[in-house]
Amino acid sequence: MPATVTTDQTDDGSVLRLGGAFALADLTGLHKALMRAAAAGPVTVDLTEVTRLDTAAAWAIAEAEKAAQSAGHALHLEGADEGAAALIDTVRAALPDPDTQTKPAFSLLHWLDGFGRSVAAGGVFLSQLLGILGVFIARLGRSVLHPSEFRLTSLVHHCQEVGLKAVPIVALMAFLIGVVLAFQGAAQLRQFGAEVFVVDLIAVSILRELGILLTAIIVAGRTASAFTAAIGSMKMREEIDAMRTLGIDPATALIVPRVLALLLMLPILGMIANATGLFGGALMSWIELGISPGLFVTRLVENTDVSHLMVGTIKAPFFAIVIGIVGCHAGLQVGNNAESLGRQTSAAVVTAIFSVIVIDALFSVFFAQVGI
Amino acid sequence: MRDEADQDPVIRLRSIRTQFGSHVVHDGLDLDVYRGEILGVVGGSGTGKSVLLRSIAGLQRPTEGEIEVLGTDVRKASEAERAALERRWGVMFQDGALFSSLNVRENVEVPMRAVEGLDPDLRRAMADLKISMSGLPYLAGDKYPSELSGGMRKRAGLARALALDPEIVFLDEPTAGLDPIGAADFDTLIRRLSDTMGLTVFLVTHDLDTLHAICDRIAVLAEKKVLVTGTMDEMLKVDHPWVHDYFHGPRARAALAAKDAQKEG
Ligand SMILES: Nc1ncnc2c1ncn2[C@@H]1O[C@H](COP(=O)(O)OP(=O)(O)OP(=O)(O)O)[C@@H](O)[C@H]1O
Ligand SMILES: [Mg+2]
Repeated sequence: MPATVTTDQTDDGSVLRLGGAFALADLTGLHKALMRAAAAGPVTVDLTEVTRLDTAAAWAIAEAEKAAQSAGHALHLEGADEGAAALIDTVRAALPDPDTQTKPAFSLLHWLDGFGRSVAAGGVFLSQLLGILGVFIARLGRSVLHPSEFRLTSLVHHCQEVGLKAVPIVALMAFLIGVVLAFQGAAQLRQFGAEVFVVDLIAVSILRELGILLTAIIVAGRTASAFTAAIGSMKMREEIDAMRTLGIDPATALIVPRVLALLLMLPILGMIANATGLFGGALMSWIELGISPGLFVTRLVENTDVSHLMVGTIKAPFFAIVIGIVGCHAGLQVGNNAESLGRQTSAAVVTAIFSVIVIDALFSVFFAQVGI
Repeated sequence: MRDEADQDPVIRLRSIRTQFGSHVVHDGLDLDVYRGEILGVVGGSGTGKSVLLRSIAGLQRPTEGEIEVLGTDVRKASEAERAALERRWGVMFQDGALFSSLNVRENVEVPMRAVEGLDPDLRRAMADLKISMSGLPYLAGDKYPSELSGGMRKRAGLARALALDPEIVFLDEPTAGLDPIGAADFDTLIRRLSDTMGLTVFLVTHDLDTLHAICDRIAVLAEKKVLVTGTMDEMLKVDHPWVHDYFHGPRARAALAAKDAQKEG
């Protein structure tokens, strides 16, 4: 039987007759009727016809009672059976005292507070990254002094994961970049009849910038997330705490092999990217502009200063450290729920790629100032 | 609450057979649960208590048999009938199974969102009420599940199960992993909610204190079926070896002694 609410006005205030089975869907109407009556004057609530009183209806009655009291009237309950009375009592007991409820108001101060906190959090983040870098260097030094503590198997494993398994994607990416550069360069340079300079264009841009930068971005995407996921899921299952209790240093076991593997592998991957990029460029120049491979190699060797290669390669270890540290740090920040694992993993990728690009920009400024 | 025998059962299971591959979990299982009672389901690990709970709650299909809940055959019900039925029961999972991206209040509001015409402010207030009735601090609603302890997560899970004022709640090991005081509080909470809201409780447990303290009837799952049902006193007289060991083991004696001490004190 659906719930009904009828209101009668009598000389001693209003009478609300409730009837039927109440459910959550009836709350809005009941609440409104009760509140209106409670604000106006004394109320009698008659529950005789009610077949089922739910907590929502009991709550509405308890609220109306409070409202009536604060307006200086009384609210009488009539015809409540034992169950309904007990339920209303339970609900009354569960309602909070008015003064325990605090709602923070939004204000400028609030906003400033949040802003300050996020700036401070940024500072903390940077200092934590530096902390991990310091731990890495300290543990690496320790491993040099005590070679028996060094985890060679782990290092080889990570070299394979980080380096060898990334070769196909890095090589393909660089090849395609070489092709695109040759193609676009040819279209522009042909207008001046300067087709042959396409070799310089490809060589300089790949060796100096694109080869290592794009490799680092790919590695940041695939390796930083893998580090975070691996370390984070260990953190989540308390494996890292277990390591500590067993006398294993988590930094030596987890961070050193990973970052070191990246440090060794990223320059090699960069070299592979340079080689396949040049190969792609040469191939396209041959097809599109008729520059024979022989001519390409001659111009490459004669006209391209070795400093370009140096400039590119010198960045690799910096990228490697940043990617590794960011990935490991995010892994250690994972809490004890799966959601934070997901959040940290995507944050690690974004931070790693962003940092790689920032470092590249800093190097560009530096080399421009130094004049290399 | 002891004379339910002549009432209509709210849950009626007949010749249930559940099989995973060649592994038969239930075979010819019958069980009745009556309105307003708290039924404790016990049994050894792996006897299929959780599977039974999941089957009744429609999360899993038994291979054969009849499951009737509140007069509806769960296995033959249409989608609409199932949806209507699901609003009349609540399930509390072992670790709460709260949605981790929502805070506690939003978790409790999830089932209420399906109710048409419910004002959002009232919905919030109702969620806060359910949270408070489940024994959490009134302002715990702003916390996220990851910020709660195991016991608080269970209470929040109970609050969500109670969101729509269900007629039946299913609880899977509600007191497992709680400290003795927390477990006793939880028992009292369930008893009180059952009394005031007229809840029927289907409770899977290993906790002998819970069985003593709040269960109206106990059903023992063994040998792939419900071996016996009855009150605690009746259980103590059963002479099946497993049932005897269960209710007369050292832990059972301790629980019994505790109960007697409580009565005298
Ligand atoms: N999805 C599934 N696939 C295969 N086998 C299953 C599946 N779910 C449960 N089982 C098997 O069914 C049996 C009963 O499992 P269930 O989880 O119901 O045990 P339980 O009585 O709740 O035990 P516990 O007290 O340890 O919680 C177990 O042997 C389990 O291996
Ligand atoms: Mg179980």
